[in-house]
Amino acid sequence: MNSVEPESSALPAPLRAVDPAVLRALQTHLAAAAAEAGLLDLSYTTVDTPIGKLLLAATDQGLVRVAFDRENHDAVLEQLAGKISPRILHSPARLAAAVRQLDEYFAGRRRVFELPLDWRLAKGFRREVLAHLPQIAYGQTESYAQVAAAAGSPKAVRAVGTACGTNPLPVVVPCHRVVRSDGSFGGYLGGTEAKQLLLTLEAAA
Amino acid sequence: MKPFEQLVTEHGAMVLRVCRAVLGPDEAEDAWSETFLSALKAYPELPEEANTEAWLVTIAHRKAIDVTRKRSRNPLPLGELPDRPSADPPEEDQDLWDAVKALPDRQREAIAYHYLAGLPHREVAAITGSTPEAVRRAASDGIKNLRRTYLAPAAASLAPVPLPVGFVPAPTSISVSKGETR
Repeated sequence: MNSVEPESSALPAPLRAVDPAVLRALQTHLAAAAAEAGLLDLSYTTVDTPIGKLLLAATDQGLVRVAFDRENHDAVLEQLAGKISPRILHSPARLAAAVRQLDEYFAGRRRVFELPLDWRLAKGFRREVLAHLPQIAYGQTESYAQVAAAAGSPKAVRAVGTACGTNPLPVVVPCHRVVRSDGSFGGYLGGTEAKQLLLTLEAAA
Repeated sequence: MKPFEQLVTEHGAMVLRVCRAVLGPDEAEDAWSETFLSALKAYPELPEEANTEAWLVTIAHRKAIDVTRKRSRNPLPLGELPDRPSADPPEEDQDLWDAVKALPDRQREAIAYHYLAGLPHREVAAITGSTPEAVRRAASDGIKNLRRTYLAPAAASLAPVPLPVGFVPAPTSISVSKGETR
């Protein structure tokens, strides 16, 4: 850290005073200008939901990451900076549709998400598994074994578990609809309670 | 590498202070935007060990030079100031910005980059193409000049306000009537 000499306290206060509202307006403007200049590789925002605050991140291709609070949003953003690009700005305007659809979903008014998705964080077999999940209808569940069979590898039950556990787009890509053959919930990146809440929500609507 | 947003959050206010001191409040916001836009473009190539404050101030310094050059080519006609309400300083601050503007460039830059950005004399010298000793002198002369030409608002508000000739102060026990007499 640079220590500022005591003399600096002699500086008139208006030289230091910064209006937070002005800074916020500048940040909003920066995100818009960066997008227009093609310099915004990742936009993100957060949305409050019954299962906690969700981080939403999108590239120009679509929604690329949904993260639970317990994953630590700062850590997730740092991972995205490394995996995709550090040109990341808080840009709620670019995620307005995703936020609206999630609000509708949690209010029980939406059964299917209609959002462009960027699948780049899911590769190989995991991606095939995740691509199958939207076919499990709202309010329904499938077992890990059923999903493995649907993905063309009936023996890859454990790999299906891994694919669900590393789903970069939870909630929107419904890995919460995959449960154990004995009917118990199975694990969930957002916590078992979150999984239970989602399935209860869908059963009630 | 940190997400760029973190740089904006951590250093946004500092860059705005620097831009205001160097360019004045009217042009500071555009310079701020251009600084961060340029920084965003170059950010993926920034070495991990780089000092991000010094890097941002270097970019802001270049943007300020651009703005000053443009200004001397196309001076704004008087009375046609850009409509930027958020940038309008309170009237009592205008004297301060005038005083800062009247400083020699080196002194203004030394105050902005050393005192407001918190960079050591050595870093400021690297940015402005000077020497640490010259920056130290410019910073201290700049402060002295500001003190001489600008009375801090805190002190000014304590100073007696000159009254118009013939003014009779109203007795304090009588409250001022809300209805105006016309």
